[in-house]
Order: sequence, then structure tokens, then C-alpha cells
Amino acid sequence: MRKLLLLFTVITVGFLFIARLFYLQVYNKEAYSLFEDSAIRPVYDYPKRGYVYDRNGKLLVANQPSYDVMVIPREVEPLDDEQLNEFCKLLKISSEDYYKKFERAKNYSPRIPSVFVPQLSKKDYAVLQEKMRKFDGFYIQKRSLRDYQTSIGANVLGDLGEVNQRIIKRQPYYKMGDLIGKQGIELSYEDVLRGVKGIKFIQKDRFNKNIGPYKNGRFDTLPQPGKDIKITIDSELQQYGELLMTNKRGGIVAIDPTNGEILALVSAPSYNPNLLVGRERSKNFTKLYRDSIAKPLFDRGLQAQYPPGSPFKVINALIGLQEGVITPEEKVTCRMGYYYGSRRLTGCHHHKSPVDMNAGIAQSCNAYFVTAYRKIIDKYPDAGNGMNTWANHAKSFGLGNYLGYDLPVGQKGRIPDGDYYDRAYGDNRWGSTYIVSNAIGQGEVEATPIQLANMAAAIGNRGYYYTPHIIKEIEGDTIPSKYTTRRETTIDKRHFEPVIQGMFDVYNKGTAATLRIPGIDICGKTGTAENFVKIDSVKTQLTDHSIFVAFAPKDNPKIAIAVFVENGYWGSRFAGRMASLMIEKYIKGEITRTDMEHWILTHSLENEYAKPYSGEPFKINGETTLQVIDKVKPPNDNESNNSINSNANTPKL
Amino acid sequence: MHSREQHRGFRFDWITIVLFLLLVGFGWLNIMSASHEGDIVSYFDMSQLYGKHAIFIGLTFVLIILILSVEAKFYERFASIIYIVSMLALVGLFIFGKDVNGARSWYGIGSMTIQPSEFAKFATALALAKYMSDLQTDMDTVKDQLKAVGIIVLPAILILLQNDAGSTIVYASFFFVFYREGLQQVYLIIAISAIVLAVLALKFGILITAIAAAIVVSGIYFFRRKKRASILQSILILLVCISFSAGVRMFYDHVLKPHQQNRISLWLRLEKDPIKLEKMKKEEAYNLIQSEQAISSGGWTGKGFMQGTRTTGKFVPEQETDYIFSTVGEEWGFLGSSLVVLLFMGLIIRVLFLAESQKSQFSRVYGYGVASILFIHFTINTGMVMGLIPTVGIPLPFFSYGGSGLWGFTILLFIFIKLDSNKINEW
Repeated sequence: MRKLLLLFTVITVGFLFIARLFYLQVYNKEAYSLFEDSAIRPVYDYPKRGYVYDRNGKLLVANQPSYDVMVIPREVEPLDDEQLNEFCKLLKISSEDYYKKFERAKNYSPRIPSVFVPQLSKKDYAVLQEKMRKFDGFYIQKRSLRDYQTSIGANVLGDLGEVNQRIIKRQPYYKMGDLIGKQGIELSYEDVLRGVKGIKFIQKDRFNKNIGPYKNGRFDTLPQPGKDIKITIDSELQQYGELLMTNKRGGIVAIDPTNGEILALVSAPSYNPNLLVGRERSKNFTKLYRDSIAKPLFDRGLQAQYPPGSPFKVINALIGLQEGVITPEEKVTCRMGYYYGSRRLTGCHHHKSPVDMNAGIAQSCNAYFVTAYRKIIDKYPDAGNGMNTWANHAKSFGLGNYLGYDLPVGQKGRIPDGDYYDRAYGDNRWGSTYIVSNAIGQGEVEATPIQLANMAAAIGNRGYYYTPHIIKEIEGDTIPSKYTTRRETTIDKRHFEPVIQGMFDVYNKGTAATLRIPGIDICGKTGTAENFVKIDSVKTQLTDHSIFVAFAPKDNPKIAIAVFVENGYWGSRFAGRMASLMIEKYIKGEITRTDMEHWILTHSLENEYAKPYSGEPFKINGETTLQVIDKVKPPNDNESNNSINSNANTPKL
Repeated sequence: MHSREQHRGFRFDWITIVLFLLLVGFGWLNIMSASHEGDIVSYFDMSQLYGKHAIFIGLTFVLIILILSVEAKFYERFASIIYIVSMLALVGLFIFGKDVNGARSWYGIGSMTIQPSEFAKFATALALAKYMSDLQTDMDTVKDQLKAVGIIVLPAILILLQNDAGSTIVYASFFFVFYREGLQQVYLIIAISAIVLAVLALKFGILITAIAAAIVVSGIYFFRRKKRASILQSILILLVCISFSAGVRMFYDHVLKPHQQNRISLWLRLEKDPIKLEKMKKEEAYNLIQSEQAISSGGWTGKGFMQGTRTTGKFVPEQETDYIFSTVGEEWGFLGSSLVVLLFMGLIIRVLFLAESQKSQFSRVYGYGVASILFIHFTINTGMVMGLIPTVGIPLPFFSYGGSGLWGFTILLFIFIKLDSNKINEW
């Protein structure tokens, strides 16, 4: 036995060591990553972010250099009071900020660089750069920031912000301090615009000195520049739309019906996109975000969801024709409303009676459309079936669901079907008379301005549309095929002519007769949507929303448009005028109806918007007087580049 | 073939020699990786450590040829003289020695330095073998036991006085030799008990150690039916255990230097104050943590020869000497470092096997000494580098950079190979 002691000890120790090695090298170890190796420092080379041009090639968004102060917490030597003071002064932060930022960076990772102070100005950078070597563990990283060449289209162009922990966790490509698209096309085309950053792995020694590239740069990658994109926006039209919207709230969506390109997407109030660039971004963003009254970050063209009102009547006319329950010639008597027995289900305004389809559309007769709508529903043995058939037709115009455009925000709108009312009233315990409001675009039907613009495009095209989109060209790439695929409605082409004639007569002799543009055949439809809000939890009616939907020219339309003005009262008052002006601007390139333009630019709704917040009783609709102001000056686009707060379009911050 | 080899005197144990060559060769590759500055121009670049080590290896072969060509009887006959010369060399250090890192262990000859403690090991092993195989020595008598211990303690004390505590511990390995040659069982029990008691006393305090000892002693007392020891004897043993524990505690608190205390404290995880612990990790444990991280980052197969990021960045201090195993861990991974462990196991077991087959007691004792010394070096060094044993600065045999170490171990091993080759002539 004496012979075996050492032998057993040797064998035991040997296997103990192998077990320990296994534990250290295999079991206890996550996959080796160069990023986790404290002997390697990854240095990023940020590519140029893609430029954004408008449809005519005008540069909208470019880049500007910026300098971030980076920190590697582990390598920071504690600063004495004097150094701390100097450092904070250079960075323009307080000493509490210093400790707070330092803690945050340390919590993120003591080894991996984090942004300590982002986006220094060029001047601060120049001063700091000379002193930087005095502060171990800190260094300056050059990045590029957005430089908006325009003051318009903030809702479309969007902005960049620093990635947060959640994004980093989900997409490890991003490192703390990286910028990512937060809104608008910056968000929806992030992958295209961003490019791919290059990485150099630098081998360090234990004194943290760079001793050359790791493995001779075998793992290094070159940055791939972001691709430039061209968007469908016509910046002149966009700018004009924003001008018209000054002192009003609402949205304008203009679409090219021939291909679904969004020509203008105005949301008012807006802000200068340069507000959300650089060090002031988070301060400014918070202000915009907290403005719960004007809601400048709320895209009224995409997100404002309301009962569409009368423009929806044309859909009912088309469905009625398709279902064969009405003919264009058939006349309906209107006695200032629609009567069911002796009960008036809906009112109407004064116009000659009886009306055929053409007059029904032109005069926006409620009784006519309730009659047609009830015939559609009642064609089927039970109201549920009728409602489903009706809803399918309506949905084929892109209503009642997300359209599938390439901007990151939106609303579904609503087209109710049989199930919807079964849930509301109980199975089959309802009939067409319960839901006549849908006939005139009130009730449960809801739509966003872009859905209405798309609906106008589908009507103008006599039965099809292309999914609206903002992307026109991607450098070296094609745009997704879903934006070039024609989508058909369920209505036969032949049924459109009488309806379009009706919309044309809205301009000729109907509710928009005063809005005619010489030389352009516009087809349109006015709309007025009742407007209820809760004030101190009391349902209160405010002045109606003004809505207008149009396309032009009548044959082979080039533009389809929806305008929506909050509290603008009747359809032709604000929205109709704006729609006509926008159409003229786009088709003619100049404005001949200067009287109409002058009216819009000299009338403000700001008083109207202030009413619910005044705390005093107020009047609405016909009992109000319009606020007249000095004519709004169109902003000079070139001047507004650098002076962020000088823009009249910008809400006061 | 066999007879021809015998005729030519080629009866060396080639397995041992091949294992030796593998270790030296692989060690040199790792020294190159750990020590190179800039690109490798020439393998014999004398301005770089790996170049110098290549020369050391070259001289090693000269040494081997010398050792193997000397008559085997020479080593037995001159063992005492070799021992005396070696001890004189150690003593001479107090007068002519040169301080390096606080230890007075080197002679400076020109730009070269020589560390006599590396050569004292084989001298001690030879002297001990000679003494124990002497016909007049009776290892059952306490007097002769003490004399044998004296042979070991003399160099150990001389080395300790030169402030090289690590090399002193190596002499404890001769315990295995004594045990093999008939030391009473009780010493083994005492040795194991002492280690257990020391660890318990430091980790859990004297009170818990005393309670544990009391439970074990009374347990043995009650359950041992036959040959039951007297109750007085048991109480005496318990008292010795307790005073030993207290002694260890006092030794730790008052005799050990702060850096030694810290090494043990880190090993047994005694420090609870997180701020002090953090400080210790930055200072005392810096080497250890860097070395563990380097090994861990190797993974299954390692980062490849000359590709270790921590090795290239010189994150582990003393990596080409005491911490050379961390280079193996980082660049060759689990497979490579396990292979090195297996090579050492193979070498030690081979030497043990050969020692057991010796006909003469001198050869057997010497062979056992060789295996024990290699084993303790290997265990302490690799155990330390991978964080299993408190930091003790001794080199990894055949692997670590340094001429004295390499030659010391080579002489140690090849004298035994020579003795082994001669066993037939013993008849």
C-alpha cells in the first residue's frame, strides 16, 4: 500500500486539475466574444447615413459632424476636485451630472465604452480635444448627426435618437450611444439609411496602450455607407400645405392616384425637424411630447381617426349600384330628413327634392343615402349578412384596416360588420334602421385622412388603387413590390361614372360651387363631422370638424386629396378651400385663386381651440365668429436652416 | 535489436525522454508566445527571452550527454560531496548573492544569473538516497530519522533565509519518500490532520475547529471496540489539536507577512469586506485574476498559437516564468492545457514506475525523490495559476522560462534515467 500513496495522489490531483480546467474553460464560460474581451477594444467607424431627397431631387436631409465624449469606466482614474471642476466646465455639466453619468456608464459596463456626453458643438470639441489626454478613460468619438435642409415635413422625415437598453438587447448591432430612427422615414427606412458601421479591433496591453490591430485586422470590417433615398413628397406642395395650415390644426394627405405616391402629408401644428437634432433633442422632444393640447407629435394625416361624414356617402352610392339596389336615375324624396314611419331618423339641410343620385351627391342629401343604405342591408335575409356584404365592399377601398403604407404610425379606422352589431345589440336583435348613421359617414364608421385620400384615389381610378407609400427610390435597390401592385376594389368600373359625375357636380352646382379652380375639373365631396370631447368628464359638443375629399382632374386624375381641419365647421369652409388650393398648386404650379388663399391665410382657428380650456361657457358652430388675423407670411425655407426657433410654423416651445 | 541496444548502452527509458522533450518543446513555444516583443525575426534572437531560452535548451542537451556518459556509480559515490558543494553554494549566497525581487537567490556572472536553489534539489535527493540506502542507517530509529530529516531541513532553512518561501515548500515533498521507505502510518495521519486543522482554523475559527476535533476524537474513542485508547490519551490528542489550531491562527496573524496573509485570505475567501476585497483583487490577486481570465477565455480549443489576446497584451505578469500555464490555457484551450496536465501525470507516474522497479535502494529512493519534487512543483504551480492553491512562486518544471530551473530539473531527471539504465549492472 505504501507504494500507492504518491501514485493515487498524482492521479487525483491530475483529474482535479482537468476538472478545474473544464470548469473554467468550458462549463463556466459564455461563448467567447471579441466584444467582451477586455484585451480588445472595438473602435467603430460610423458610415455616412443616407441622404433624403424629395421627388424632384431636392435635398431634404443631410449630415453634420458631431463629437461624443466617450468613457470606459474601468479605466478612469479618480479625479481630484480641481480636475473634476475643470472637466465639468469643459463639458458644461455639473459635478452631480458627472457622477450620475459615470454611474450609469458603469452600470452598463465597466469595460465597454459608453457615451458620456453626446454631441458636442464644434467649438467645445476644439477646446476639449487639447485637454483630453489629461483625463484617462475618456476619449472623443466622431459621429454624424442629421442636418435638415428644410423646416417642413417633420412628421414625415422623423428624427434620430439614442438607442435605449431595450433596443440594444433586441438588436445587438446597436451599442450604447448609437443613433437610431425614432419617427417618420428615419424609423421606417432605418436599415436602408443606416448603412453598416465598420469595426476595428485594437489589441491593448495591460496598461491599456494600443499595441496594434488584433490579428492584423482579420476581423475588422469596413463601414458600408447608408443608401440615399428619394421620397415621394413634393416639398413645394408640402410646404404650401403647411403654410395653409398655419394657425389651424388638422391634416392634409395628397396622393398620386396613378401610383399611390404620397405627394404631401401635412400635419398641423408641426415643428422644425432641426429641433430634434443634437444635444437639445431630449429637452425639445420632451416639450413637444408633453404638449397635450396642440399635440405636435400627433400625425393628424395618419393618426386622426374620425367619422368621415359625407365623403363616405359616395361609397354607399357605389355599393348600392354594385349590389343593384339603386340606379342613378331613381329619385328619393327628402323632407328635410329621413323618416321611418313618423320617426325622423336623420335630418337634412334645405335643398330641392326629390333628388336622383347626381343631386344626392352634389347636395349631400342625407335622406337619399339612408334610403340607399337601407336597401343594401335589407337586400339580404338578415341584417348581419347585409352588413357583412356592405363592409366587404367598403373595406376593399382600404378602409377599416391599416393601409400598409411605409410610415411607422397609423390607425385602423373602423368599418363595422354584422358581428360588430351582434356584439353591441345581441345576436340579430338589430336591423337596418338601428344603424342608418353609417349611411352618411357618421355613427360607427371611422377613417383617417390618408384612408380618405386613398379612397378618393380609388374612386378617381374607377376601381383600384396602389398602396400609398412615401418611398420613391432607394439607391441601388428597388422599392417593395407591394407598393407597385394594383389593388382592386369590389366595385365594377361602370358604376363609377355616375358617382364621379356627382362629385364633379359638387363643384359645379353643389356644396363646393364657390371653390372651383378655373381650368381644372375637380371632383370632390364636402364633409362635416360632429365633434364631441369630454371636458371635466362631461360630454361636450365643440364646433364641427371640416372635411374635404377630392381628386383632379376628373379624367385620368393626377392628385387625390383629403383635408381635415379640426373645428373648421362645414366642409367647404376650411378643408374645401385648402383642397382646391393644393390641387391648383400641384397641377398648375401657381395659385390663381389668390382670394381663396388670402382668406385661408387671414383666418385662424386658434381662438376656437382655446375655448374648451378657457373654463368659461362658449358657443359653437353657427354661433361663432371667425378670428381674422394678419396674413401669414410664407416662411423662407433657406433662412430657416440654422435658426431653429425663427419659423412661424413652429409652435412656441 | 534488443541485444544490440544493450551492447551499445542504449538502455535509457525512451518514454521518459520523449515526455521530457515534449514538455520542453511545448514550453518553449509558449515562452515564445508570452515573451515576444514585436515580430519574430529569428528563433535564436538573443535580445528576446525565447531566444535565450532556446540557447538554454541547446546547452541542456550538452548537459544530458555529460550526465549520461558518466558512470552510474559516480552519483552514488559522490552524492555526499555534491550535497556539500551545493550547500556551500547556498551559504555563499549570503556573501556573494544578488538580490532580485527581495530574494537573495542568485549569483551574478556577467549578465547571466544562476540560482543555486534549483540545483540543491537534486543534490538533496542524492544525499537522502545515499543516506537512506546506507547499510548502517536504520530508518526505524528516531535518531536516524532525525538525521534524514536534517539532510532536508538544512537546504530548506538556507533557502527560507534567502527569502524564497516558495522553493522551501518543495522540500516537504520528501515526505512521500519517507513514507514509501517505511515511515509509520501515524505520521501520515498527523500530516493530513494538521492540514485539515489548519484550514479549518483559518476558515471557521478556533471554536468551530475545536468542536469538530472533539466530535471526531470522541467518535473514534467510542466506536473503536478493540484496542480502545485510554480516555486520557484521547483528551491529550484533543488538546494538541486545539493548541495546534490556535498556533496556526497565531502564526497567520502574527508571523506571516501581509502579502502572505492576503494570499491565504483570498484562497480561503476569508475577506468579507467588499471594499477591502476589491482592493485585494486589484493588488494581491491581480496576477491570479488575470491568469484565471486568460485560461477561461481559451474555451475548448483556445485562440491559437501566438493569438491569445491577453498573452499578446501582456495582461498576466510573469507569464513566461511562473504563470506560463496561463498561456497554454488561453492559446491552446481546454484540449491543450489538459494535454499538458496529462503529460506531467504521465512523466511523474513513469518515473514512479521506474523507481519501483529499481533493484538498488539508492536508485529507488532517488527516483522517488525525483517524482515527488516534480509532483509538488507541478501541483503548486498549476494549482496556483488556475486558482486552486494560494499563490506560491515556483516554476513549472521544463516549461517555465529560465536556465537554472531548466538545468536543475534536467539534471534531476537525467541522473535518474542514467541510474535506471544501469539497473542490470547492479547484479
